[in-house]
Amino acid sequence: MAGIFNSSIGKKLIMSITGIFLMLFLAVHLSVNLTLLIGDGETFNLAAHFMSTNPLIEIIEPILAIGLVVHIIYATYLTLQNRHARPIKYSKSAANGLSTWSSKNMYILGTTIFLFMVIHLANFFWKIKFGAIDTITYNGNSISDTYSLVSGLFVNYWIYDVIYIIGAIFLGLHLSHGFWAAFQTIGWNGTKWIKRLEIIAYVYAIIIGVGFSIIPLYFLIFK
Amino acid sequence: MSKLNAKIPEGPLADKWTNHKAKLRLVNPANRKKLDIIIVGTGLSGASAASTLGELGYNVKVFCYQDSPRRAHSVAAQGGINATKNYKNDNDSVYRLFYDMLKGGDFRAREANVYRAAEVSNQVIDHYTALGVPFARDYGGLIENRSFGGVQVSRTFYAKGQTGQQCLIGAYSALSRQIAKGTVTMYPRREMMDLVIVEGKARGIIARNLITGEIERHSAHAVILATGGYGTIYYLSTLALNSNGSSAWRAFKQGALFANPSFVQIHPTSIPVLNDHQCKLTLMSESLRNDGRVWVPKQKGDKRNPNDIPEDERDYYLERRYPAFGNLVPRDVASRAAKERCDAGYGVGPTGLSVYLDFRDAINKKGRNAIEDNYGNLFEMYEKITGESPYETPMRIYPAGHYTMGGLWVDYNLMTTIPGLFAIGEANFSDHGANRLGASSLMQTSGDGYFIIPYTIADYLADDIRTPKISVNSPEFENAENGVKERIEKLLSIGGTETATSFHKRLGKIMWDYCGMVRNEEGLKKALIQLDELKEEFWKNLKVPDTANELNQELEKANRVADFLELGKLLVFDALNRRESCGAHFREESQTENGEAKRDDEHFSYVAAWEFAGDGKEPILHKEELKFEFVKLQERSYK
Amino acid sequence: MKITLKIWRQKDARSKGKFETYKLDNVAPDMSFLEMLDSLNQQLIAEGKSPVAFDHDCREGICGSCGIYINGRPHGNDRKVTTCELRLRKFKDGDTITVEPWRARAFPVVKDLIVDRSAFDKIIQAGGYISVNAGAAQDANAIPVPKHNADVAFDTASCIGCGACVAACKNASAMLFIAAKVTHLAQFPQGRIEAAERVKRMIAKMDELGFGSCTNTRACEAECPKGISISTIAKLNREYFVAKLKD
Repeated sequence: MAGIFNSSIGKKLIMSITGIFLMLFLAVHLSVNLTLLIGDGETFNLAAHFMSTNPLIEIIEPILAIGLVVHIIYATYLTLQNRHARPIKYSKSAANGLSTWSSKNMYILGTTIFLFMVIHLANFFWKIKFGAIDTITYNGNSISDTYSLVSGLFVNYWIYDVIYIIGAIFLGLHLSHGFWAAFQTIGWNGTKWIKRLEIIAYVYAIIIGVGFSIIPLYFLIFK
Repeated sequence: MSKLNAKIPEGPLADKWTNHKAKLRLVNPANRKKLDIIIVGTGLSGASAASTLGELGYNVKVFCYQDSPRRAHSVAAQGGINATKNYKNDNDSVYRLFYDMLKGGDFRAREANVYRAAEVSNQVIDHYTALGVPFARDYGGLIENRSFGGVQVSRTFYAKGQTGQQCLIGAYSALSRQIAKGTVTMYPRREMMDLVIVEGKARGIIARNLITGEIERHSAHAVILATGGYGTIYYLSTLALNSNGSSAWRAFKQGALFANPSFVQIHPTSIPVLNDHQCKLTLMSESLRNDGRVWVPKQKGDKRNPNDIPEDERDYYLERRYPAFGNLVPRDVASRAAKERCDAGYGVGPTGLSVYLDFRDAINKKGRNAIEDNYGNLFEMYEKITGESPYETPMRIYPAGHYTMGGLWVDYNLMTTIPGLFAIGEANFSDHGANRLGASSLMQTSGDGYFIIPYTIADYLADDIRTPKISVNSPEFENAENGVKERIEKLLSIGGTETATSFHKRLGKIMWDYCGMVRNEEGLKKALIQLDELKEEFWKNLKVPDTANELNQELEKANRVADFLELGKLLVFDALNRRESCGAHFREESQTENGEAKRDDEHFSYVAAWEFAGDGKEPILHKEELKFEFVKLQERSYK
Repeated sequence: MKITLKIWRQKDARSKGKFETYKLDNVAPDMSFLEMLDSLNQQLIAEGKSPVAFDHDCREGICGSCGIYINGRPHGNDRKVTTCELRLRKFKDGDTITVEPWRARAFPVVKDLIVDRSAFDKIIQAGGYISVNAGAAQDANAIPVPKHNADVAFDTASCIGCGACVAACKNASAMLFIAAKVTHLAQFPQGRIEAAERVKRMIAKMDELGFGSCTNTRACEAECPKGISISTIAKLNREYFVAKLKD
């Protein structure tokens, strides 16, 4: 393995592995969040409680954070290096029929998602972890009432609904390229798999993008 | 005649090369790195010679005018490469390939050379395969062969329609390996401007750096020219636009003899001229004639859509004239037959200068998929250029200048008449006689580079192991450099009004009209006068923009055209001298009642080698009699 | 047909370049793009101006010499063609066409539309070969190669080294070029022997020469005149990781 990460391919491998890891997290995150749509919040609160008290999650959480930071640092490094590879830009560029807009703008998409994440973390994660939020009692157990925190935000501030929907769409776009590109980079791809992975990528991206958009929409429309 | 000692070894045909090799002297590995060899050109012969000599430990310097050695025009060869593996068990053998080549060349090549080319062909295939050249394979994983160029055995190895490209990439990769090892130094974007002779031996070249315009001196113990053919003398040809005859011409003017210059193969199946701006003709592989049928309408000037012309109004003239070989007659025969039909007014297309190559029957019989498998990339190429799909409408084709069998005269060791100057591949004259058979050029050019020149050059260099590095500060280098600079200065200072391209076009027209597919005394004499006039005009009215000390493509062109104007005359002299028809050389005065070529073995069974006699003087003819000890001369009939 | 050309003019590597505009009043749809430039050059010379320098040779799409960025795309707006194969019928009467050289740090401009692509040669020299000396080979049929592998080898070996992949890539990456070579040579048993060394050396050379990395936009695949697939890049990555794992 000596020196693998000194090469451009090695750095791409890091992007790819951290990306796949983050995509797994997103899938879990979305499945938990979709419980927001069930009933009056008990399911969600229990799920959130389970997640925040599970020791496995406690271990994974810092790893996730490191993964994210590494993903961002390497993306920045590679983007700078790639810009350096073309010091003089073309005066004109045209579509080639194969490259998607997302694939060419991953860093912009990523930056936007990062900004969104700052807001998102301030809205929820920070409050849940370090702030004082209301508790609610189910069957004699008193746990954090995360549901009220979420619904409060989405019902009372339509601007956050808009921000979260845009965030979800950008995330979906980022993933529509990032998903199959991650597999391409680790060398999974072949002439047959290229099509399959692209389709899976789109399905996954749509699920994530639409899934996360439904939640603010749900609160906006039905609550 | 002392100038022409072909040094053909004694003994039975099949043993000549073996015996000769046994007698060739060797150079000790320790001495090899003290010996410098210059190679000009990086096509299959140049690249193969360079990598092989590098592997052997010589100190090799290679030059090419392109930006990379991978671009030489061998890259454009389509059909295949012959070898006598007999993988098809169809009773092929070295002798059979030798005989096919000799007969195909209309008995105007040396028996011994041709036999040797066939003999080393198998090793060439082995080497390319080892280098990773993906020859077509069958489902058992073994190599597939096809029949090509009208021979009765399947001995052609191929990689779809781009065999040359795949082979050249193989040769280039081996060359790259030697460059990395440091045995070979590569000088791309350099044009050889002159040959330097010191004490009667070729000892270096003057090259122009095409980016800076700098004139450089390079010395070596021996010089190998692997500069290809001069078919672009016709302006429109199937060659790369920058292919040129200048290196060979410089060598000629320094005393190397030029053999059979008028033997130029006109390839029958090129895409016809579409417009006045056209700068080149694109070849459609000969393999297409395996399935395509050539025809013209029976009625003169028939302008109907070809698909609307019923079967009985079509003249499949090759099948009619040559029932035994039909559409697969050799290139020269097919070319002349097309010209005959077009000249008689039966040609098709907007210019009337093309014939149909029709795949309708083959598609009906074998299915579109089978045709696509074999020729898909060629059909695509045709469609890109003409905008018509050969699946739906017949291709239109016409002959175009393609390959020059003529070239620098070399002996059996591939050495020219200048000691230390060797010529390999298409640049020499030795193996194809008056006409080259399909898939034999890749074979010969690679054989020369991989398995012949490395042995024969050692024999020459064995005398030089005590010769120190050749100094580039000698008066000979000085003079050569000054000569080159003067010439460039002269080209730039004419200050006329006509571009080199324009002169080239006019030259091409003279050559094509009078010294192309069909030649006669009257026309050739006219050409001599016109060429003199054109040359005079060129040196009075040429316009070259910009300066000598920069990248100047017009200057490059002008320099090449200047040489072509002189080389053109040599072609005409040779064509005039040879008052017989043989192979690609067809003299109207020498034909049968049916319009077939009539060879004259009694008077012309020789190689015509021309010696430079000074500017403005007629070149001197030297004859190398061709002795046929092992085959009986036959009339070349494809009826 | 009438067209207007906006062409990048740059006297040499050190000079600053700029766009110049030229008009051509009489071009034909069946002319090739380079024939159009030829005729522009004839016109420029007649006017006493410097002709436009561009690389070209075979003019039939196989030598890889030509390569011009035309209206925002390498080799122009057609599928699987080189610049010399591009025909004016792909343009409309009255079009303005922007003509630029390849842009990449590793491909510096030499003059006008000519760039220095010797970086590709250096990458091949780093390992793009099978080490066999002339004369050392066994019979060509001694090692059977499955037809599928031979076909893949053919497709990837058909790379002509024109550099369109680098020109098209927003990162000026040479990954497709290397992937094609690595995939080609990996198809043969004798090519596998030095596969690990080959891929490591070629990648190291690519990085050293200042090419960017692959972000899988597929622009290279879209513009490759020989249609080489980006799946070869996945293959390259695989070969690289396997090679590195053993280090």
